[in-house]
Amino acid sequence: MNRHPNINISYTRAFLTILKRDISIAIRHRGDIFNPLLFFVMVITLFPLGVGPEPNVLARIAPGIIWVAALLSAMLSLERLFKADYNDGTLEQMLLSPQPLTVLVLAKILAHWLLTGIPLVLISPLLALLLNFESSAYIALIITLALGTPVLSLLGAIGVALTVGLNKGGVLLSLLILPLYIPVLIFATGAIDAAGMNLPYGGQLAIISAMLIGSLIMAPFAVGAALKVSTN
Amino acid sequence: MWKWLHPYAAPEKAYQLSAKFLPWFAGLGFSLTLIGTIWGLIFAPADYQQGDSYRIIFIHVPAASLSMSLYVSMAVASFTGLVWQLKMADWAAASIAPVGAMMTFIALITGSFWGKPMWGTWWVWDARLTSELMQLFLYLGVIALYASFEDKVVAARAAGILAIVGVINIPIIKYSVEWWSSLHQGSTIKITEESAMTTDMLYPLLLNILGFGLIAGAIITLRFKAEVIERCSMRPWVKQLASQKNGAKDAI
Repeated sequence: MNRHPNINISYTRAFLTILKRDISIAIRHRGDIFNPLLFFVMVITLFPLGVGPEPNVLARIAPGIIWVAALLSAMLSLERLFKADYNDGTLEQMLLSPQPLTVLVLAKILAHWLLTGIPLVLISPLLALLLNFESSAYIALIITLALGTPVLSLLGAIGVALTVGLNKGGVLLSLLILPLYIPVLIFATGAIDAAGMNLPYGGQLAIISAMLIGSLIMAPFAVGAALKVSTN
Repeated sequence: MWKWLHPYAAPEKAYQLSAKFLPWFAGLGFSLTLIGTIWGLIFAPADYQQGDSYRIIFIHVPAASLSMSLYVSMAVASFTGLVWQLKMADWAAASIAPVGAMMTFIALITGSFWGKPMWGTWWVWDARLTSELMQLFLYLGVIALYASFEDKVVAARAAGILAIVGVINIPIIKYSVEWWSSLHQGSTIKITEESAMTTDMLYPLLLNILGFGLIAGAIITLRFKAEVIERCSMRPWVKQLASQKNGAKDAI
C-alpha cells in the first residue's frame, strides 16, 4: 500500500479502485443509502394525504411528485459525495495523485449514482402503482429516471464540490443546484405525461439523453476545477 | 493589443480608467434613457393591436436583453479570472452579478405588468418566463456563493465556476420562444433582417437599450471602483488617495 513501486497504474484501474472503495464504504454505512430512499418514499406518501386520495388527481400530478421527490432526495444524498473525504484528507490525496482528477471524480459520481439513483429506479414502479399511474406511463417513468438520475448526480457533484469547504453548505447547495435541475424535471415529466396519453415521447427522451451525454463529458471537468478551488 | 491592455491588470490603473469612464457612462446613459423613455412613452404611436400597453416594451426589452448579456459578460470575466488568474477580472465579475440580478428582476416584473392586460394573467409557466426566472436564481446562486466564502480569492473562483456552468441557460432563454410555441411573443428586433416594427417605435427602443446598457455600465464601474478600493485598502496608493483633500469623495 505505502510506497507502491509502480505508481503509474492505468486509468481503468484507478477508476475501478475508487468505485469499489466508495461502494464498500457506503455498504458499511447503510444509512447513507437507505435514508435518501426512505425520504423519497416518505415525501411521495405525504402527497396523497395532503391533496386527498382522489385517483384522477393523483394520476395527474404523479409524474411531477415523483420527479420533485427524486430531485430533493438526490440533493439530500449528494452531501456525502465529498464531505467525508474532505474531512479526513482523502480528497487532498486524490488531488495529489498522478491520475487525472476527472477520472477519479467520474468514479465517485458513478458510485453515487449506483447507490442512490439505481434504488430510485428500482422502487419507482411500486410508487407508480400507489399513485395510480396510467399503465402506459410505467415504462416512461422508469426510462426517464434511469436517464435522468445520472444527470442529477453529475450536475449535483458540481454544486457539492463548490460548497464542500463551507460549514453551512447545505442550504446554499439547493440554491446552486436546483436551477440546473429544472430542465431535467421539465422534460422528464413531459415525457411521462405524453406516455400517459399514449403519445410518442421519444423527443423528450432524446433531449434527456443529450443532457446526460453533455453533462457526462463536461461535469467532471467542472467538478475537478471546483474541488481544486475548495481544497485551495 | 496585449501591450496596450497589460497595464490595466494593475488595480491602480484599472481604478483610474474606471474613474475616467464613469462620468461618461453615467451622463450618456441617463440622457439617452431620458430621451428614449420620453419619446417612447409620449410621442411614439400606439400599437394597432396592443394599444398603449405595449409601451412597457421600452423598459422591458432593454432590461431583458441586459439580463442575458450581463450574465455572459460575467461568465467571460470569470473565465478570464480562472484561466489567466487576473484579479481584476474576478472583481469585475463580482461587480456585475448584482446588477445583472436586478435587470433580470426588472425584466420579470415589467413582463408581468405587460402580461396582465395582454394575456389576462400576471404569470404563466411559459418557457421564456420560466427560463428567465431560472436566470434570476442562477444570479442569486452566484451572489450567495461569492458571499459565503471568507477568502474572496477562493470565493471568486468558486462563483466563477458556477457562473460558467450557468451559461447553458442563455441559449435556452434566447431560443425558448422559437423552440416551444408559447404565450410570449417572438422577437421584434432582428439584427440581420428588417425589424418587425415601425421606425418611430424602433428608434426610442434602441435608444433605451443603449441607455440602459450605459447605466448598467456606470453602476458596474462604480461597484468595481468600490471593490478595488476595498480589496486594496492597505496599498499605499489607496492611502494616498484617501489622504488627499477630496480623497473621501473620490474614493467612492
